Amino acid sequence: MNLLRTIAGKIGGALLVLFCVATVVFFLVRISGDPVKVLLPPDATVAQEASLRASLGLDRPLFLQYLHYLGGILRFDFGNSLFYDQPVSSVLAERLPATVELAAAALVIALVLAIPAGTLAALRRGKSSDTGVMTGVLIGQSTPPFWAGILLILVFAVGLQVLPASGYGGIEHLVLPSVTLAIYSVAMIARLLRSSLIDVLGADYMRTARAKGLGELGVVLGHGLRNAALPVVTVIGLEVGSLLGGAILTEQVFSWPGVGRLTVEAISNRDFPLVQATVLFFAATFVVVNLLVDLSYTFLDPRVRVRA
Amino acid sequence: MTAVTAKTAGTSHATLRALVRNKLALAALILLALFVLAAVFAPLLAPYDPNAQDLLSRLQPPGTAGHFLGTDQLGRDLTSRLIYGSRVSLLVGCSAALLAGILGALIGLIAGFRGGWVDRVLMRIADIQLAFPSILLALAIVGFLGSGLWYVILVLGFTGWVNYARVVRSEVLSLRSRDFVTEARAIGVRSGTIMRRHLLPNVLAPLATIGTLHVASAIVAESSLSYLGLGVPKTTVTWGSMLSDGQLYLGTSWWIAVFPGCALMLTALAINIAGDVLRDVADPKAYRR
Repeated sequence: MNLLRTIAGKIGGALLVLFCVATVVFFLVRISGDPVKVLLPPDATVAQEASLRASLGLDRPLFLQYLHYLGGILRFDFGNSLFYDQPVSSVLAERLPATVELAAAALVIALVLAIPAGTLAALRRGKSSDTGVMTGVLIGQSTPPFWAGILLILVFAVGLQVLPASGYGGIEHLVLPSVTLAIYSVAMIARLLRSSLIDVLGADYMRTARAKGLGELGVVLGHGLRNAALPVVTVIGLEVGSLLGGAILTEQVFSWPGVGRLTVEAISNRDFPLVQATVLFFAATFVVVNLLVDLSYTFLDPRVRVRA
Repeated sequence: MTAVTAKTAGTSHATLRALVRNKLALAALILLALFVLAAVFAPLLAPYDPNAQDLLSRLQPPGTAGHFLGTDQLGRDLTSRLIYGSRVSLLVGCSAALLAGILGALIGLIAGFRGGWVDRVLMRIADIQLAFPSILLALAIVGFLGSGLWYVILVLGFTGWVNYARVVRSEVLSLRSRDFVTEARAIGVRSGTIMRRHLLPNVLAPLATIGTLHVASAIVAESSLSYLGLGVPKTTVTWGSMLSDGQLYLGTSWWIAVFPGCALMLTALAINIAGDVLRDVADPKAYRR
């Protein structure tokens, strides 16, 4: 019963956060100026302005517009894009697969590189391999995604001419963008895993595992990594925000037709229904990932369950 | 109070010792000093006006006579642009970190000291703030309200407070029940005074660490916005806009993008190294790891 109440409370909290984000976005877009003035040429007549305003629903009181907007969100109806002249939901749906593909590829690359690197650094603490990994981590964390992307383009597309510099399609198009997006995550995960694993390595259950004759590899993989993973997963949840920001930049560098590039375009075009929807999309992704992390914690760590 | 002062002095001595011991940190500090000097003395150091176009010497490679780092597609001198670009980075990075630090410290102090519903409400607001990728919020605000240096600083300042607030809050939670606070309360010292005189000095060390690291992320965020063409107006030279110009000429003139990119990365790297040293000194437990 207690567990159910904890879960319900967490879901309620997540919904509250999303509601607040939706509200902030709505009013932020409204205080930024009259979209009708931006959309029409400066010499438009008052009648033209009035008719556009009515067709966008902007002639109604602000509060009614807000209720209409919230009602629409519940039905996944975000209105029509001003630039594409299509429902925002279908514009978003069209761009979503590219972003999911990019994010998934980056996540795989990040895990494949970061887990061995972090483990190695923790096990060889203070040795040259640790220094090497930590130097890489520091450089990775200091390299903005757009600069990393440009460097990769310079080396692999311009110099070696083995990979395309931009575009969307086959696997060869995916390599540079996904590596670009992965760099920050590799650094972040490797660093966290290292310090988390160092904490775990001295624990009693590790000594017990060794004492009962388990091989060193079994001890590290079976007991060390499993226990070190929990704090890492939590922080990864919180870092999803910077990952999404990185996706926006990476998509821009490589002209990748995903939601991130769509957001930048929508902002430049003052396409406010589309801006509202894309910002909500990113916020919802962040909130859902963190909710899942939070809930998995409740299930994976008995101590959290008991405290709840 | 004397104990606190002694602790602060001890920390700064320890910081200095750690810096000298650590060659990497010393190199980072020298790099940062150069960066600050370049920003402050830009008009004296830059050989040309950073916006002066010279269409006859367009796209000159590095090493050309008169143009040490070469020129861009409009014949503007890259050395001068790089030097002037450091001004925007330094100004935005430091101002945004300072603004976020003040805001975050205030919110963290109040949340931790008051506790109860005030704490819950403030931490919920922090959750909401975190749910916006800050670069996205900055994009939306700058995109809609218009570009400008001060908008960028305000946006990055007002979106960056959460880390400060969380750390200050958790420090205050552990300090709240310590003797020097309960005694101050017992003799009737006002809450505001307790926060200012007794709690704030004790959270300055973690604040400085987060602040240092935040300068780096604010510099990167500003250059990201400028790269996307939504930050500072085009007439102001920034490393981000230099990179976005340079990307168009990668095939023929690599230097336009590479120099500002390296400057950006080295600056962020140097600040991150300095921040790590600060953290190690402030938290010796982490240092031994």
